[in-house]
Amino acid sequence: MDPLTTGGSRPRLATVWLGGCSGCHMSFLDMDERLLDLAARVEIGATPLTDYKSFAPVDVTLVEGAVANEEHLEQIRHVRRNTRVLIAFGDCAVTGNVTALRNLFAVDDVLDRAYRQTSAVVVGMPGGDGIVPRLLDRVRPLHELVKVDYHLQGCPPSADAIFELLTALLDGRLADLRGERRFG
Amino acid sequence: MSVNTLSIDGKMVTGTTGETVFDVAWNNGVRIPRLCHVGGVSDVGACRLCLVEVEGQSRLVASCRTAVQEGMVVRTDTPRLQAHRRLIVELLFAERNHVCAVCVQNGNCELQDLAASLGVDHVRLRYRYPKLPVDTSHERFGIDHNRCVLCTRCIRVCDEVEGAHTWDLRGRGTHALLIADFGDPWGQSESCTSCGKCVQVCPTGALFTKGKSVAEMQKDRRFLKYIVTAREKHEWIR
Amino acid sequence: MTLEELQERQAQELARRAQLANRIYCCSAAGCISCGSDALRQEIAAQIEAAGRGGEIEVCGTGCLGLCSRGPLVRTAADGALYADLAPEDAAALVAGDPAPIAAKRLDPGAPFFAMQERVVLANSGSVDPERLADYVAAGGYQALGRALADMSPPEVIEQVKRSGLRGRGGAGYPTGLKWELVARQPAGTKYVVCNADEGDPGAFMDRSILEGDPHRVLEGMAIAGYAVGAQQGYIYVRGEYGLAIQRLQTAIKQAEREHLLGSRILDTSFQFRVDLRIGAGAFVCGEETALIASIEGKRGQPRQRPPYPPEAGLWGKPTLINNVETFANVAPIVTRGGDWFASIGTERSKGTKVFALAGKIVNTGLIEVPMGTALRTILFDIGGGIPGGGRFKAAQTGGPSGGCIPEAYLDTPVDYESLARIGSIMGSGGLIVMDEASDMVDVARFFMEFSMDESCGKCIPCRAGTVQMNDILSRLVAGEGSADDIAMLEELCVLLKETSLCGLGQSAPNPVLTTLRYFRDEYEAKVRTEDAG
Repeated sequence: MDPLTTGGSRPRLATVWLGGCSGCHMSFLDMDERLLDLAARVEIGATPLTDYKSFAPVDVTLVEGAVANEEHLEQIRHVRRNTRVLIAFGDCAVTGNVTALRNLFAVDDVLDRAYRQTSAVVVGMPGGDGIVPRLLDRVRPLHELVKVDYHLQGCPPSADAIFELLTALLDGRLADLRGERRFG
Repeated sequence: MSVNTLSIDGKMVTGTTGETVFDVAWNNGVRIPRLCHVGGVSDVGACRLCLVEVEGQSRLVASCRTAVQEGMVVRTDTPRLQAHRRLIVELLFAERNHVCAVCVQNGNCELQDLAASLGVDHVRLRYRYPKLPVDTSHERFGIDHNRCVLCTRCIRVCDEVEGAHTWDLRGRGTHALLIADFGDPWGQSESCTSCGKCVQVCPTGALFTKGKSVAEMQKDRRFLKYIVTAREKHEWIR
Repeated sequence: MTLEELQERQAQELARRAQLANRIYCCSAAGCISCGSDALRQEIAAQIEAAGRGGEIEVCGTGCLGLCSRGPLVRTAADGALYADLAPEDAAALVAGDPAPIAAKRLDPGAPFFAMQERVVLANSGSVDPERLADYVAAGGYQALGRALADMSPPEVIEQVKRSGLRGRGGAGYPTGLKWELVARQPAGTKYVVCNADEGDPGAFMDRSILEGDPHRVLEGMAIAGYAVGAQQGYIYVRGEYGLAIQRLQTAIKQAEREHLLGSRILDTSFQFRVDLRIGAGAFVCGEETALIASIEGKRGQPRQRPPYPPEAGLWGKPTLINNVETFANVAPIVTRGGDWFASIGTERSKGTKVFALAGKIVNTGLIEVPMGTALRTILFDIGGGIPGGGRFKAAQTGGPSGGCIPEAYLDTPVDYESLARIGSIMGSGGLIVMDEASDMVDVARFFMEFSMDESCGKCIPCRAGTVQMNDILSRLVAGEGSADDIAMLEELCVLLKETSLCGLGQSAPNPVLTTLRYFRDEYEAKVRTEDAG
């Protein structure tokens, strides 16, 4: 495998949070002290963890969450164009998972339920075009929309699995994810 | 009873006449994947995961329905079989709503394990999201059709071991649906003895015990061995 | 009734007919009935009455006359003429025997549609009223059974069937004689003979026409089979949609039992053979033999893995012979004229004739029978009359949802089991659907996949869930929303279904996709969405 470390500079790592609960990012933080090892080997690009929003080209991106609205769709296409290795990070990105449970219903019914029938604070649909991204008809896993290089299942993937996959990529070897790779 | 010698994945093994390739393989540590098979009830050869290659036969055969023969050369894990098994598991995940993360059986599920052991890391097919009912009318158990793989283990154990034949299927193809009696809510079934055998043999979270939350459901099928052995050896106490 | 009495009956009926000035055969198959042959027949009867010629002219029904697209059809015995597109107004001319007013409706028997056919199975269509036993007897009916019982041992009957080279007409083409032998070899005891009349391919109506037009022929074939294999009970599993066929079979069984041609003491021998009908409830998969058996047994109609094959363990676990309608219809002529005669028709490995139902974009829609090995081009362009309106041929579909689409380049393929298999299709039961240039081949594949999906029983996963995914992918492609990955996945699913499905339905469901991918791949690729993701 081609190691990511090229030309002396450290590879750039980004993480993205689409339609998911951020649990995968929490699991990322669960790498604990290993985060320091990782930080020593990569340069951190855009990530919700640093709130750094402008997505410049990177080597590796972990994408959490499914594609649920128009903003996600634009983001994932932008990320794909600007990253060498795209990892579908966790079950929502890989399968749609809980985020995609709304696919059992029509979008209008889902919104109606959330904003009219069960809203306790402000009753009514969120308005204002261009402020709130429009929901897509169907929540979709990443690979239905862009090419995905690695799928890391789990809800969330364990910190061990994340660390192993990332370090394997940095080392240019195949990740050993036996026992670490399962849906759910 | 005559003994047959055969080769399974290059290993010479023996099986008695009438034994299936599947059983002989497992007895010798060759774990052929399966979903519809469950020891103690009849085999239907429906899931197609246990298909194997037999030298001299052009078609793949269901090892659970194929008796051993002297001199048989069986291969259980070729790249072709692996590819077929992966796609079959993908088909199952796409067919109904198996959301492992929020399933009672998470962590103890045969379908989930199959995906993991076969290396299914994503499903290349489009998920179909059918709208399926959940029936919790029974006082102790529930059935979530979203997670049913139509393996019919429950039907067979209910019919063959419990003798109630509460369960059966209605409809066909992907619209087939497990029903109690004539499609009544499970809780109103007159034939159901509430024995729970169906729940214990269910490979997924489709049949579950009420009150179990995510990942809390574990199934115990040891009872099957006792009953079947007792039945075969007439070990009943009068 | 003894065999001699049967022959006497034949002579009597023939003598009676010789006294008639004319006998008017009005096609009473479902196709002609749907375009008004009943009203025509009533009017002919009324005209006979009005002319006071009740004693000398008769009108009766008869089996399919073939050119279904031009019904109602009538054949007149007096001059052997055939008329098409008739209306009740034409009855008077038919009765008067005055050809002038209906000259334009008279068909030329020398036309390729008629001249190039060879009728064995359909021999009685046009000369036998399916509702009169006397008609079948007059045509020599039940004499093959009589001869078999009187002069032949069961192995001798089987020997003739083997020599004939007859192969199963349901589609798979298993040698019929071998199958009979397998059943006959099973230890004596209860055995069954089952006639598979669950014809279900879209556009196919061969078995239907045989049952509607000559039910006794099928019953006689079954009885001979019962004698040969040692069975005393037969079942005909006929689909519930075939109301007319069911009604004619019921009539025929009653008639035959009354005369001891079925039932007990058949033709005054100790042989007994009962035939009962079992009506299918609309599941295509019940045409698969193990599903059919389950259905007769009263179970859910779904297949089980073979072996054991039905000849060893079939209906209620007993040795069971299952043949298709057309196969049984071939039996009596083989016994009467000998296996060698039958083997002289057809090709090296596909003997006899085959009935085809021509449908789709073809001039002569209808039922035809040709020797095995006839070129597809001959069937479609000479007999079938080509594409209507000067359209261009694109593909012919044989074998229904289990078959394939054959492009123009293979039109010279002889129609026999092996040749069709070589080009990716199958003989199937005889449905032949013609498509012209307007047909979208991806949509054709989608149509058949939707059919297989709807008819999958759901037992095995590859067929149950795989047909659904394939139908989805094909629908996406047709809608212009498919991707190149979709085509790759489609091909992967084709292999999966072919290699891992439990029964023939799933195993052959990919055939329409595989053949259209093979011969019309450009049409698939043209549908792939161009703007690619990412």
